[in-house]
Amino acid sequence: MRIVNLKVNGVGKTFIARPETTLLLALREQLGLTGAKRGCAQGACGSCTVLLEGEPVVSCLVPAVTVDGADIATVEGLADGPALSHVQQAFLDGFATQCGFCTPGMIMSAEALLDRNPDPTRDEVNEAISGNVCRCTGYEPIVSAILDAAVRRREGAKL
Amino acid sequence: MTLLRGRGYASVNYPTGMNLGGDPSQALIHATTMGGFVISLSSVDLGQGLKTVVAQCAAETLGMPMENVIVDTADTDTGPHCMGTFASRGTHRIGNAVIMAAREAREVMLAVAADELEVDAGDLETDGTGFVRLKGSPATEIHIQDITLAAHFKQGKTISGRGIFLKERNYPVPETGEMDPDSCQAHACTVAEVEVDDETGIVTVLSLHNAYEIGRALNPAMAAQQVEGGGWMGVSHAVFESTEPYYPASRDHGPVDFCEYLMPGPAEIPVQSSVILERPASNGPFGAKGIGEMTANAPIPAIANAIFDACGVRLTTMPFTPESILRGLDALRA
Repeated sequence: MRIVNLKVNGVGKTFIARPETTLLLALREQLGLTGAKRGCAQGACGSCTVLLEGEPVVSCLVPAVTVDGADIATVEGLADGPALSHVQQAFLDGFATQCGFCTPGMIMSAEALLDRNPDPTRDEVNEAISGNVCRCTGYEPIVSAILDAAVRRREGAKL
Repeated sequence: MTLLRGRGYASVNYPTGMNLGGDPSQALIHATTMGGFVISLSSVDLGQGLKTVVAQCAAETLGMPMENVIVDTADTDTGPHCMGTFASRGTHRIGNAVIMAAREAREVMLAVAADELEVDAGDLETDGTGFVRLKGSPATEIHIQDITLAAHFKQGKTISGRGIFLKERNYPVPETGEMDPDSCQAHACTVAEVEVDDETGIVTVLSLHNAYEIGRALNPAMAAQQVEGGGWMGVSHAVFESTEPYYPASRDHGPVDFCEYLMPGPAEIPVQSSVILERPASNGPFGAKGIGEMTANAPIPAIANAIFDACGVRLTTMPFTPESILRGLDALRA
């Protein structure tokens, strides 16, 4: 058991972790942030994706004790009050969710992509979300929403 | 190596619901003191959009805004009975039950409003924004919040309603086999375009063009999403999802994760175009038929036909794996 300190969505958090406590479990059960979902629990479905120092990771495979002191971003931290992030708003407007289980992971993968590549091609979007499984939508609305979000972010940045 | 292109089509007639021992679903609705209408169901929304569609049905029938409708899909121990959300029955069966419940609740709502306004309930109408008003004299109106408060604290009434839709059990006529197994049928056709690599045997689905006749599309955006999400599942069944090489020879070592049990990712999806045709069903909620499972049906035989058109290999077992394509090509050359 170890005390772990994280900066989650900009706020300092402290909790006790066992060696086998994953980052996902700590977020969901100890910090009450249930946005990241536990899908396959073996790193294959992407529904638990969060950003670790800005990089997307499958939090079900990250032991919490190994990321002491790290900066974590989850879907809960994206909206600024009632104002959604560009990616979230594009998902909403583009009807890119159905059952919603993959959505938080998809959105975090998309945010990470657009942070490092503000003007991605469709192929680059496909690659960025290739680790996120969706069983409902057929992916097309998701890919289109991410491309739409890229435009919104670029235009928003100009203002 | 040659990339062979082909086109194929297939159509599907899909019955809404089922008829084994009869096919019922129930709904209850009651007003809160704040002017909300709670719909109690045992039916599950697992992402198909049932909550949205039944809220639309209730709002339309009550004449109230969607925001006033609260859908509680409680649980099967305590809720009104539902056979379940399967057999593409949810919108049709549960939608009909909700409409029936909402009609009864609307009658009570209008009766309470009539008492408050000192008019005849038959002269009242809803304006869709939350007010009940006198026909031809819109200034004589009362808001739903005041109606429910009056019902609860003054008149001592529950604004509530009960609904059920039952597709009755139907037995076949022994002599002819004739029976009435379902309540309505939806129809669809898909045209698939594929590319077959005659060296690797890999099939790429390039496009799916879908036409669906589904009665009335209660929520066109969700209907289109159902068609295209189902189209993706059809592609997945047709050329990806396989339990080979282990199953059925052995059940001990089948695919255990998404690395072994493959499904198409965003890079493997075909271009899709979809058209919704509306011929309302007489027994459907506002004319709707079921559109659920059928969306994954037509793409599969359409892809099989497109493979035949591309390379002459006729496959009848899913999925259409590279191995089955190559064995088929070998057989044609022999």
